[in-house]
Amino acid sequence: MTAQPHRLPEGGAIDRSRPLGFSFNGRRYTGFAGDTLASALLANGVHLVGRSFKYHRPRGILSAGTEEPNAIVQLGSGASGLPNLKATRVELYEGLAARSVNCWPGPWFDLAAVNGFAHRLIPAGFYYKTFMWPHRGWHLYEPFIRRMAGLGRAPDGPDPDRYERMNAHCDVLVVGAGPAGLAAAEAAGRSGARVILADEDCPPGGMLLGSADAGGHGEATAGLEAMDNVRVLTRTVVTGYYDHNFLIALERVTDHLGPAAPAHLPRQRLWRIRAGRVVLATGALERPLVFANNDRPGTMLAGAARAYVNRFAVLPGRRAVVVTDNDSAYAAALDLHRHGVEIAAIVDLRPDGDGTQCAEAREAGLNILSGHAVIDTAGRRRVRAARVARLNDDGSLAGTVSALPCDLIAMSGGWSPAVHLFSQSGGTLRYDAALRAFLPDVSPQAARCAGASNGAFDTASCIAEGHAAGAGEPGAPGPVQPAAPVSWAVPARSRAGEARRFVDFQNDVTAADIELAAREGYESVEHLKRYTTLGMGTDQGKTGNVPGLAILAGTLGLSIPEVGTTTFRPPYEPVAFGAIAGRDVGPLADPVRRTPLHAWHEENGAVFEDVGQWKRPFYYPQEGETKDEAVARECLAVRNAAGIMDASTLGKILVCGPDAREFLNRVYTNAWDGLAPGRCRYGLMLGEDGMVLDDGVTACLSENRFLTTTTTGNAARVFAWLEEWLQTEWPDLEVYLTSLTEQFATVALAGPDSRKLLGALTDDIDPAPDVFPFMAWREGRVAGLPARVFRISYTGEVSYEIVVSAGDATDLWAALMTHEVTPFGTEAMHVLRAEKGYLMIGQETDGTVTPLDLDMGWMLNKKKDFIGRRSLARSAMRDPMRKRLVGLRTEDPATVLPEGAQILAEPPSGAPETMIGHVTSSYRSATLGRSIALALVKGGRDRAPGTVHVPLDDRTVRAEICDPKFYDPEGERLNG
Amino acid sequence: MLLIPCPWCGERDESEFACGGEAHIARPPDPDALNDAEWADYLFMRTNPKGSQRERWCHTHGCGRWFNVERDTVTHRILSVYRMGEPPPKDAP
Amino acid sequence: MTSPRYSIFSLARNALGYHRSWSRAWRSPEPQPSYDVVIVGGGGHGLATAYYLAREHDAGSIAVLEKGWLGGGNTGRNTTIIRSNYLWDESAHLYEKSLKLYEGLSRELNFNIMLSQRGVLNLAHNEHDLKELSRRVRAIRLNGIDSEVLDPAGVKAEVPIVNTSPDVRYPILGASIQRRGGIARHDAVAWGFARAADARGVDIVQNCEVTGIDVSGGRVTGLRTSRGRIAANKVGLVAAGHSSVLAAMAGLRLPIESHTLQAMVSEPIKPILHGVVMSNAVHVYVSQSDKGELVIGAGMDGYNSYSQRGSFQIVEGQMGALVELFPIFSRLRMLRQWGGIVDVCPDASPIVGKTPVDGLYINCGWGTGGFKATPGSGWAFAHTIAQDRPHALNAPFALERFASGALIDEHGAAAVAH
Repeated sequence: MTAQPHRLPEGGAIDRSRPLGFSFNGRRYTGFAGDTLASALLANGVHLVGRSFKYHRPRGILSAGTEEPNAIVQLGSGASGLPNLKATRVELYEGLAARSVNCWPGPWFDLAAVNGFAHRLIPAGFYYKTFMWPHRGWHLYEPFIRRMAGLGRAPDGPDPDRYERMNAHCDVLVVGAGPAGLAAAEAAGRSGARVILADEDCPPGGMLLGSADAGGHGEATAGLEAMDNVRVLTRTVVTGYYDHNFLIALERVTDHLGPAAPAHLPRQRLWRIRAGRVVLATGALERPLVFANNDRPGTMLAGAARAYVNRFAVLPGRRAVVVTDNDSAYAAALDLHRHGVEIAAIVDLRPDGDGTQCAEAREAGLNILSGHAVIDTAGRRRVRAARVARLNDDGSLAGTVSALPCDLIAMSGGWSPAVHLFSQSGGTLRYDAALRAFLPDVSPQAARCAGASNGAFDTASCIAEGHAAGAGEPGAPGPVQPAAPVSWAVPARSRAGEARRFVDFQNDVTAADIELAAREGYESVEHLKRYTTLGMGTDQGKTGNVPGLAILAGTLGLSIPEVGTTTFRPPYEPVAFGAIAGRDVGPLADPVRRTPLHAWHEENGAVFEDVGQWKRPFYYPQEGETKDEAVARECLAVRNAAGIMDASTLGKILVCGPDAREFLNRVYTNAWDGLAPGRCRYGLMLGEDGMVLDDGVTACLSENRFLTTTTTGNAARVFAWLEEWLQTEWPDLEVYLTSLTEQFATVALAGPDSRKLLGALTDDIDPAPDVFPFMAWREGRVAGLPARVFRISYTGEVSYEIVVSAGDATDLWAALMTHEVTPFGTEAMHVLRAEKGYLMIGQETDGTVTPLDLDMGWMLNKKKDFIGRRSLARSAMRDPMRKRLVGLRTEDPATVLPEGAQILAEPPSGAPETMIGHVTSSYRSATLGRSIALALVKGGRDRAPGTVHVPLDDRTVRAEICDPKFYDPEGERLNG
Repeated sequence: MLLIPCPWCGERDESEFACGGEAHIARPPDPDALNDAEWADYLFMRTNPKGSQRERWCHTHGCGRWFNVERDTVTHRILSVYRMGEPPPKDAP
Repeated sequence: MTSPRYSIFSLARNALGYHRSWSRAWRSPEPQPSYDVVIVGGGGHGLATAYYLAREHDAGSIAVLEKGWLGGGNTGRNTTIIRSNYLWDESAHLYEKSLKLYEGLSRELNFNIMLSQRGVLNLAHNEHDLKELSRRVRAIRLNGIDSEVLDPAGVKAEVPIVNTSPDVRYPILGASIQRRGGIARHDAVAWGFARAADARGVDIVQNCEVTGIDVSGGRVTGLRTSRGRIAANKVGLVAAGHSSVLAAMAGLRLPIESHTLQAMVSEPIKPILHGVVMSNAVHVYVSQSDKGELVIGAGMDGYNSYSQRGSFQIVEGQMGALVELFPIFSRLRMLRQWGGIVDVCPDASPIVGKTPVDGLYINCGWGTGGFKATPGSGWAFAHTIAQDRPHALNAPFALERFASGALIDEHGAAAVAH
């Protein structure tokens, strides 16, 4: 077991009794339970963890949290690999295997570091200015750029893990379990409110975990857990704040367990939380200082250095230079010093720091260089020295430069309150010049910041603010520690140095890039972001954005509030797609609707088609049969004998009430006044724009009760449409609608033998045509089952639709199957109806077709108004050159035109062609022994007789325009 | 995800509802009396205000009832909710 | 006034001076009291309109007024897809004009817009989709535009990572592909047009919000703005998202609703997805940017909104569909999510043409697909403004079609079959 040379002998919130082995870039190391990957690497003296995105410069661990821009790793491999994790957020487990991303062969030696030599040639936005030769030449360069870009690698197989979503409601959601959040949750909990406290870390404690006086948070947490009305969620980052206090949080359920994760648990859980009010105790994020070569491994945020030494008992260095423009880094210096790190100097950009901890540092004998700055660093894969110089009052360099040897630079450029969620809530921000920070101002939602996220940086103020926010009391502003007006970027000694002052570490955006953008007119902060890519990395600019826009403001001579910030967008921390999808994948992606007869269809080899959510039998191939053969057999059976089809998916709506008839008159184009009980009628429904919406048969059950059918795909839409008219436009009509689609099953019995067959199955319905005519319905028993039988036809043959309770469907089907009948699927139905020239919604119609286009003017009642009628009178609807329905007969009867084929009036002469229409339906008709097609063609049957040309991939087919009623045009077979 | 107070069921998630667009567009009693432009105004033209809008919602996956909502299209704040046939509250905040 | 030509040589020359000599890509002028033509809206369409007005027409003095920062509306918020595979002739011709202009745009503007013709696939998931797709591809080809049908094996060959298993809820039964389709760098399109328009003397005035439109005797006379009144002979409104608000200032009503359209990117990963994959049936479209991010679009939120904020359940539905199509994406992470405000017309086609007010022109209603139309829209709108009559390309897209009923319905697949 490897020693951990930089681990302190004692202290820290780690479990030394549980050593954990892990590997990084193929080398084996050991850490302890309670470590993050970052702290374990530091304990082993590994600072160089990756390379930067653009210049491939060596980079080390900058932070100890979610703001980390540099330490991006790939975890695991294969299907369970995880790209782009932040080493500072990965909890260590036994067997963890991580690699650096975007460098080859590794971070120690990376071939792509040649980019660094071209540094000067490729400033921000360089790609907009070149790669334009030769003409359209971008595709020559792009593959190289794509290969260079991207961080980690996607998994190579389906996700082996599960995810789930959880809905939760609470009175108070407290985000963050630092001192403010703990106080808020406690206060809210004591008031009796239902509280959820969520913290991204584990254990809770927030910044207390990283400070020397760690401890008190444990008690607070225990107190909360004792309250029944408080739910504490650890490892749960609240990451999105949406409208009406709806927030999402991601709980890492088993990520920290690695291969030891129990199989019954999801990897992650997405919480969907609706909160009465929200207390955002999200803390603050420390900013880096911007000086030349501020990115060398070993350069770290001061607060992070402090956290590593206190929480993880890791020495991030042996000899440190602490550089700061504010008081907070003094505490870090003292903690490092206390644990044996030699403090080479505290370099303070301010002329003099005067906080209590400054005094303590002085007392401890630390070397404080006020009015100085680190202006450059030395070293390559690890910082070797800080170059320090004195600053003039105006921020320019003065005097000589001295090199302070060190292996750690702990820097602090001040703190940015984590206002991300507040801003996501729609809240506005205000810039506080004294704090040098954007603070929450007003949110349109019940959201409130407390503690460091509100600009209160000392623990006592945090607790006070948290308590007030949790209890819903007005808060008193805490004491403000004004920040000194020092410059946001330290000048460098050379232009080369100035070009290496990094602001956004991940995307390699430098102060010079920002100045260049401003020079070129990209003055809006949004332009800056987009032109330089500032803040667009996986850290979303959590550390670099504020210094970046401050440098922009300085360059433009504007104040920071005049420049403003970019919008904070969800998520605060990235969320796995799988976690967002939850269980709505695979078999649960969308409900499958099956008819009561589905099992029979399946057992008898049906091929299914998806129609909306329904599975419908497409055809029933017998052994060795192709689709065409099966469909032909099914069609001929219906034409010559009898077939049965499961039509249960058709929508069925019961329309009742004293005004039902009037309602039908308004929503259908035809009249319903004369429809007597026992009779049915075909109806056509239009949108108010005059376009055909749906069709179907409606039966009059009794004077005030009608049963309406819709097409399968439109059932829900039509029901909703009818309800909408009733409720919103015609509340005066007394009509009640009930969907019966799933309550009843429908079997269509069609063919010349069907009358005889029906007669054999029923004792109380007389099928004789004079007593049971076409377009009538009867009630009785079929195969002993209570049934309604509708004599309607979509095939042109004598046909009955037998409707029984869904539960009786299999008995009915079985009874029918004892006779000579052939089950047929939807494709045979399509062919049979096309032979008759019957319209199919969604095939002959596409939302742009009127009844006139379909030559169904006879369906339009002239004596009443109906939905869509007025639209049919518009000028464009009366154009004789609109596309209208025709039949098409190919010259060669064996040629079946593809559906969707376009139609030309003349033989093709070269694109663009003038298209006059398209084939809407096309089949091989076994009945007619030739192909048939329906089409919508400009001018319609005014062109008949006439020839049109249908260009296919390899040839052009000639076809004759004809009557779409190909078979039995007089309709004699209907009465058979 | 809006939280919509259905006047029949109380507050429910937006995912239970469907929005039906601008409210109080009455179907002309005599469509034939309108010219094409006037008919197009009824059919297609919408106020689409930036700010307070009265619109229709249906509690599709709940009680199935249509009702009116007055909502700010910028902040998404719901200013008032009233049933079909009820007059809109005057000068809602 | 004009910035120097961009090239590898100018980059190298400037590198010697640490890039301190680059001049502004565009000026930041004070608005003049009057212009011959004022374009309201400094997005891609508005800037393109101004550019083509200055380049191809004798239109006099031109200004573009932008209430925020140029390119800050839908130009900078879309999923950057470019294609011209439209069903109806009218749309096909307009979008194809746009694609052709795109193909020469980097050179034309001397600004690399990174047009990447990686191919656009539209997936079909049921028999009805397949039929619609066949109809569409045939029409597109006869219009002289490239388009092909792929079977599931062809889809797999183009996009090896897509799940073409027949055992999923909505299996992929086929696809169309337009190989000339692809993606471009959206911001660069706005910036390139801005720089080129500025070089031709167009005043681009940012942070200038129009607060009123002055109409006198049925003719537009000028604009009231947050930076004072600006007189104009002609005014073109090109402010997607806010078209209704602007039109109302001139007393016009539009058949438009503003909706939020959401999109997102993943964290950057190494190249994994070559082309653009779209599926209308399950409402998701995805491509991978040159930076390595997956750029993913979803369906629209159902209610009117001017907020650029959407509802999370839209994203949830989108992710379910995405992970179904691409199971290996499940462990990738959403990095950033945003919304744009899109103008939606009843027929899903734009309005580009004259208005009942003389000298006032409108270009709006591009819905979810305006980015791909940017140069073509600007080109045709510039013609319309300069000549006071529409070009044949945009004549069918007049506002009058809503009265006559001659809509151009591009909703694509309509109702589902029996």
